[in-house]
Parts: sequence; structure tokens; C-alpha cells
Amino acid sequence: MTILTNKADKIDRLAELTQSTESVSGSSLWREAFRRMRSSKMAIIGAAIIAAFILVAIVGPMLAPHGATAQNWRSEVFPNQGKFVGMRGENWFGLDHLGRDMFSRWLVGARQTLLVGVVSMLIGLIVGALVGVLSGAAATLGGKAGQRVDTVIMRFTDIMLSLPSLLLAVSIAAVLGQSLTTVMIAVGVVQIPIFARLLRGSMLVQGGADYVLAAKAVGIRRKRIVLTQILPNSLSPVIVQATLSLATAIIEAAALSYLGLGNPDPAVPEWGVMLSQAQRFFDNEPMMAAYPAVGIIITALGFTLLGEAMREALDPKLRG
Amino acid sequence: MSLLELDDVKVHFPVKKGLFFDRTVGHVYAVDGVSLSIEAGQTYGLVGESGCGKTTLGRAVLRLNDITDGGVVFDGTDLAKLPGEEMRAFRRRLQMVFQDPLGSLNPRQNIESILSEGMAAHGIGKDQTERREKIKDILAKVGLPSNALSRYPHEFSGGQRQRIGIARALVLEPDVIICDEPVSALDVSVQAQVINLLEELQESLGLTYLVIAHDLAVVRHISDVIGVMYLGGLVEEAPSDALYAGPRHPYTKALMSAVPVPDPEVEDRRERILLHGDLPSPANPPAGCRFHTRCPWVQETKCATERPPLLDTGDGHKVACHFTAEIEAGTVKQTLATGIEAVTGTETVAAEAVEVSEGETEAPAADAPKKEPATVPAQADANAKEKETEAKAAEAEDTKKETADATETEAKAADAAEEASDATKKAEGSPKA
Ligand SMILES: Nc1ncnc2c1ncn2[C@@H]1O[C@H](COP(=O)(O)OP(=O)(O)OP(=O)(O)O)[C@@H](O)[C@H]1O
Ligand code: SF4
Ligand SMILES: [Mg+2]
Repeated sequence: MTILTNKADKIDRLAELTQSTESVSGSSLWREAFRRMRSSKMAIIGAAIIAAFILVAIVGPMLAPHGATAQNWRSEVFPNQGKFVGMRGENWFGLDHLGRDMFSRWLVGARQTLLVGVVSMLIGLIVGALVGVLSGAAATLGGKAGQRVDTVIMRFTDIMLSLPSLLLAVSIAAVLGQSLTTVMIAVGVVQIPIFARLLRGSMLVQGGADYVLAAKAVGIRRKRIVLTQILPNSLSPVIVQATLSLATAIIEAAALSYLGLGNPDPAVPEWGVMLSQAQRFFDNEPMMAAYPAVGIIITALGFTLLGEAMREALDPKLRG
Repeated sequence: MSLLELDDVKVHFPVKKGLFFDRTVGHVYAVDGVSLSIEAGQTYGLVGESGCGKTTLGRAVLRLNDITDGGVVFDGTDLAKLPGEEMRAFRRRLQMVFQDPLGSLNPRQNIESILSEGMAAHGIGKDQTERREKIKDILAKVGLPSNALSRYPHEFSGGQRQRIGIARALVLEPDVIICDEPVSALDVSVQAQVINLLEELQESLGLTYLVIAHDLAVVRHISDVIGVMYLGGLVEEAPSDALYAGPRHPYTKALMSAVPVPDPEVEDRRERILLHGDLPSPANPPAGCRFHTRCPWVQETKCATERPPLLDTGDGHKVACHFTAEIEAGTVKQTLATGIEAVTGTETVAAEAVEVSEGETEAPAADAPKKEPATVPAQADANAKEKETEAKAAEAEDTKKETADATETEAKAADAAEEASDATKKAEGSPKA
């Protein structure tokens, strides 16, 4: 029950940020937030990390000095005897247990990791937003029946939120079977209730705003009010959450891969997969685990920093 | 037959609680049985303290709130029972101007979009070009430049925003406009302009108004009939002049007595009736007469047990009090130790004398209300007739403590009264509780 309320409370607080749009125009709200973020170290560091990560993910694989799956130096490593090859001119990050170039694998893995993170976040965002819009629209303009629909949906999301997210993801992945798609779906599903509750919450805040009443008073149809009035004004917290979610998505995707639920082809590098492979040789060659681990930690940190900075910049209580 | 008739309208908001499925644990009786009628072309002014249900009543007429019970008959049709789509069509004829001009405009829509949306929803104008022409017309009527069309709400001043809100109502060519505190969010200097505009529009377009205000001065000027609300019900209703000339309900008397009179001599002699305690919660309203917990004339019989109906006491002057005649005749005296804690914490009917001047520039900016704590420092009762009066100490949180003993000489009491009048002036326009 505490987990439930903690998570839900945090989401509700984020949803309340929408209130700020009441007093500021939509465009100037973000412009103002952007201005504040420019002077925030958190935002700058976060944005820099994300930019570097995206750059690596996009152009990295093209710059990879060697093939990511080619076991070019197979004869030089003897994992059974604890003999590895570390950093050297030819292989900047050394070799892995199959004699593949770690640096090339790391660059290619970045792209996979970004892909998994973005796709799973989008799954959560899109499905969650649909559920949230339904719930929010039902609650604000659906009358008594709508409120009942909303209550049912929200109780369901509360239950999902009350489960530890990794446990939920593992269960889903176990049902769906081992594949990259599984990881993306499992991680995405975990995000659904978060986005749903968030969007619904900020729609509720907006739904009570005077301009919505005014739109109703001039006789605009409900569907149009939801789509053209409430929804566009409810999106700011969702954008913040999407950024924060990328961090959790990357970590959770890596965790699932690490648990062996990811891409069944171990030859395709992905940071989570690389980490799980490195685990067996951690005693002899800890560096093999360090590269993907540091990659995951730093990118997750980048998204968290930027997301938090956005949240702060949009928060009317902190706005000067 | 009046254009708009409310018949025993009730709006009760359910109070919900519950872990998984919400249970209704009680109700907020925001509006609890209000009947009134408004004639075509007239202005009905509705006044009352903050939280007494004015907004809720206004919204109920447009069905922006669910009506729990009662009828809203507009031009022969009971809106309370109308199905959604038919109600939507009726909204063209009944419009609303909101209290918060900025909050009632979508920050992401430009003025053209805001104004044309409603027209499109009701099929007014063949296409956007035709609508734009009409909008330009209306903008001119409300005193806005036509280049306003492509601009956004935050680019305008408070007064201009309210003009946009008025224009939004006007483009639909409504019969009735409900103005919910149309000027209370505006600078005093702009208030008069907006009130004048509303008056001009009424004359030229033959509009019918329901004007809601907590400010007696605002409604007095423009209303034909004024209704005074207390805790969800009407306590008095009368033609504007009659109400000001002789308020009959104890609550109205108290409200009026808080309004300073410009003439200093009259001001000195003015009998001030101060109310005890806070406005009771509309979730748990007092039984019997809603006002009996604060009424200076409260009687042992009836007041706490029977709710007085709103009855005509002659000349269309309606009062909801069991003892109207007796109070008028002076046969029942003020019973409660007279008021020390004046209007604590609640927004009193403010007494700013808004001068509605024709010239837009000469609005009395000097009268701008000072923001002061709403608590009025205590003062002794100036009404020396009551010997047993025991004036209690009164404390104003942020201000100094003052103890005044009413049993002291008359002169002292008068001093205190003077001080209190200063305090009352300061408390004008005090922020909402
Ligand atoms: N949607 C709602 N749900 C529950 N209670 C409500 C709701 N809307 C209003 N109330 C309550 O109903 C009462 C009347 O509110 P209302 O806004 O009508 O007062 P008001 O006279 O317009 O006051 P103000 O001068 O502050 O605008 C208040 O106690 C308020 O808290
Ligand atoms: S009925 Fe009684 S309590 Fe109510 S206003 Fe009249 S005298 Fe006061
Ligand atoms: Mg109100």
C-alpha cells in the first residue's frame, strides 16, 4: 500500500504542474521553462549527456573500427584459463571472451540500447496516453457513468503501479518468450499506468479550468473540448515523464537482458546483453562489465537530470 | 411570464470518500432552494459573501453544474430536464461572462479561434470569412481593435481580456448573459469601464443580465432587482432602490451597515451591525434559519427550527425571516451581544464605492483597495442603548490587540467605533479567505 501511494502521489504531483498553464500562455510557458533551464547546471549536463549518447548511437556504429560480431582475435583469449586482452592500441576497450572488439560492440550496443529505450518508452507513452485520455475525458465530461469508467480504469492502474515494476516486466517477458520485442513490450507495459495516471491527472486539473467551462458554455461539443482544449494543455507533465521514463526504460531493458530475457542472439550487442555476458568473467576481467555498465548509468543519469530540470523549470512554485 | 425563472433550484455536491470505490459520505449544499425570476431586458443583481453559492447558481442555470432538483425555465422551456444535445443548442441563447478573465480564455488559442469556435458550434456564419466579419463587428462594439484577432490572451490587459470574454458571449447573439463577478478580478480603475460597457450593450442589444457580485456597489448601479444570498438561499429580494433605502433582513442590514457613507456626519451616526463568527460550512448548514447562528436578532422560538420562506412583505420586497415585521416595528430587540468579531476570515461584501463614470480615464484609481488581513480589529459597540452589552476583546491576528470595554462611557465607545470604521475601510477588498 505504501508503494502504491508513493508512486501514485508522485505522479499526481507531476500532473499538477499543468495548473501553471492557467496563468501563462502555452508557448511562453515552455519558453520561460527553457530560459530557466539554460541557467541550470542539471539541465545542461543532462542535455550534453543525452546529445553525446544519441550521437554515439547514430554515427557510432558507422565509425566502429571492427565488426561487432566478428571473432577476429578468438585465438588470443582463453576465458577458461582467465586469460583476457585488455585495452590496447588496436582494441581500445580490449577484447571480450570470444575475441571480439569491445569498443565496436559498445558503439553498436549504444544504438540497440537507445532503440530499446525509445521504443519501450513510446509503447508506454502511446498506450498510457490513450488510457489516460479515455479516463480523463470520462472523468471530466462523461457525467456519472464516465466517472465510474474512470474509477475502474484508475483502480486498475493503481494495482499495476503497486507491483514492483521489474517483477511485472519479468512476468510479462516470461509469458511472451525471449526476444528483443519482448523486452520492449515488457518495459513499455510497466510504463503504461504511469503515463495513464499522469495524463488523466493533468486532464482533470485542466478539465476544471474556467476556459473549459467557458468552452462548454458557448456550446462546443465534448469531444472537441477534450481534443482541442483539455488535451493540448495537459501535455507538459507527459513530456517531462517521457524524458524520465527513458532512463528507467534503459535500466529495465538492460535488467531484462541481463536476466536473459532479451535478444536470444547473443552475437547482437546490446549493453544489457553485454553486461550479462561479462558477469561470468567478472573476477578475471571486471572491465568487460564496466563499459556497458557505465554506458547505462551515464545515459540514465542524463535523462534523469534533464527530466528533473524540466520539471523544476515548469513548476510554478519554483518559478521566479 | 418572465424570461428566466428559477424554481426551487438545488445544487448539492456529493462529498466522496473511499479506498477503492467512492462512497458518498455527505453533501455540500451549495445552492439549496433558490427561486427567482428575471424579466426580459432587466438586470438581476445577486450578492452575497464568498462561498454562499452565487457561482454555483449561475452555472446551474447554464447546466455547467448538475442541478440536483428544481427547475430552470427559460423562455418556456425547463432547461433542468433537457437532454444534453438540446441543452447545448440552448446555450447559444444563454451566455456567461466569467470571474477570472484570463483563466476563462484558453492560453493556446488566439482571439479569432476563441470567438469563432462557439459560432461554428452553433452554425452561425457560412464560413470563417463571414464569421471573421461578424467578430470584427463585435470587437468594435466591446472596444477592442480588430488586430486583436490574431493575438493571444496573455498579450492583453485585464480589462481587455474581460472584453474578450464579453465578446465571446455576444457573438452568439444571446438573450441572457450571466456575469459572474465580471469586474472583481479587475483594477478598480477598469471596473467602471467594464460595467459601463455592459450597460451600453444592454441598451443597444436588449440583453437580460444576471449579475453576480460580492460588491453591493457594483450591482446597485446596474441592477433593477437585487437578491441577497446567504449560505445557498436567498434571504432578501427587492427592487434595487427599495433594498438600499430599507434593507429588511438582518443579514442585509448587516451588509449595508458595513458600507461607509461618503457623508462624514451621516457616517458618524451610522449604526453598525457586526456579525459574529464565520460563515457556517455549506456541507453542514444550520437547521432552521440558516442565519440564526450569526443573526443579531435571533429569537428563541422558530429561528433554530423552522426555515423561513422568502415572502413578499409588500411592493415586491421579499424577505426570508420569521420576524421581519417585529424587527421593523422594533418590538424585538437585538439579542446577541453585539458584534465584536466583525466578519472574520470571510470576504465581506466589500464596500468600495465604485464610481461608474462615463469618462474612461477618470476612474478613481485612488480608491484602489489596500490588501489587508480580512480580520477587522475589535471595537466596542457604539449602540449604547444596550446596557448589558458586554464587549469582548477582539484580536486581529496580524494587527495589534485591542481590548475595549463596552460598559465604559459612551464617548469611549464612539472613539472605538471610529477606529473600527477605519478598519472597515482598510478591510475593503480584502483577499478571499
Ligand atoms: N464542484 C464542487 N464540488 C464540491 N463543492 C463545491 C464545488 N463547487 C463549489 N463547491 C462549494 O460550494 C460552495 C459555494 O461555492 P460557490 O463557488 O458557488 O460560491 P460563491 O458564492 O461563488 O463564492 P465566491 O464569491 O468565492 O466566488 C462553496 O462552499 C464551495 O466550496
Ligand atoms: S429568522 Fe430569526 S435568525 Fe433568521 S434572520 Fe430572522 S430573526 Fe434572524
Ligand atoms: Mg463565485
